[in-house]
Amino acid sequence: MRATTPKSPLKQGISDAAPFILVVSPFALVFGVVATESGLSIAEALLFSVAVIAGAAQFTTLQLLNENAPAVIALLSGLAVNLRMAMYSASLTPYLGAAPLWQRALIAYLTVDQSYACSVAAYERNAGWSLSQRVTYFFATCLPVIPFWYLMTLVGALIGESIPESAALDFAVPITFLALIAPMLRTPAHLAAALVASLSALALTWVPFNLGLIIAASLGMVVGAQAELILKKRGVMA
Amino acid sequence: MIERPELWYVIAGLALGSFLLRFAFLGFVGDRPLPEWLLRHLRYTAVAVLPALIAPMILWPAATDGSFDLPRGLAAFVTLAAGLWFRSVIVSITAGAATLYLGLYLLG
Repeated sequence: MRATTPKSPLKQGISDAAPFILVVSPFALVFGVVATESGLSIAEALLFSVAVIAGAAQFTTLQLLNENAPAVIALLSGLAVNLRMAMYSASLTPYLGAAPLWQRALIAYLTVDQSYACSVAAYERNAGWSLSQRVTYFFATCLPVIPFWYLMTLVGALIGESIPESAALDFAVPITFLALIAPMLRTPAHLAAALVASLSALALTWVPFNLGLIIAASLGMVVGAQAELILKKRGVMA
Repeated sequence: MIERPELWYVIAGLALGSFLLRFAFLGFVGDRPLPEWLLRHLRYTAVAVLPALIAPMILWPAATDGSFDLPRGLAAFVTLAAGLWFRSVIVSITAGAATLYLGLYLLG
């Protein structure tokens, strides 16, 4: 539901990203706990989160290091998990590519699932936004997300004991992302892309280094683009 | 025990590599116009990557060692249905979380 009086991109970005505090905080907390349990110092755990800001990649890398995998394998696996960030970067380029270099560098550092997903959804809803409004919105979505990522890693590293499993916080990630994606499925082309990508991801979980995700996402993008072409030819889609 | 300085090399490598992945297009392409066929594919990035990321988490949750879990399955279904129907992120999250906890309480 959109409010009748339009909020500024700053306020919109903060309020759109606010629900993600619920996702990011437990995820970072658990990372802090696992990191210290793996023998990392509090400073090392925090440095890890500040330097990388990518939960899934951090967990993957740490897990492999724990299993005594070679450092190169641990590094490459973490990067493979983060390959989707290159897709996010490409997807943001038409909206933010004209920003000054320092802003683009900062945006790149702050590109995570949450800031990306909120921003693309908002840019699609607000086609009339100027470059500076889009940049403001992007940074605004980071405000409720990134500080909590740092802070809760630190808290997790300090308390060093697990939160109860009954909280079922593992499912905060799927629920918040589903809630974010559902309103973006505006056309049959978007629906087809999402459907093909999820089914392919399920069929490709056996592919090593998380590359199944990248293949599945690419297939979804191709199907979405082709569906758009077909629908436009038939005059169904503008 | 994780060795030092290997740990620091890996953290530094992951930080630099992740930054370069994130900077790749935004930084190096900038405001040069992208061809229409590429833009057409990029329009579907979010609705492809994010569902592909969460689909296995929904059907095979790590919390239940990868076996399908009815409360979690129902919660995902309700979240998606509410999101499609009401087009509101907050309504959708609330409905999904309520279903999850109710399901875990009644079925778990």
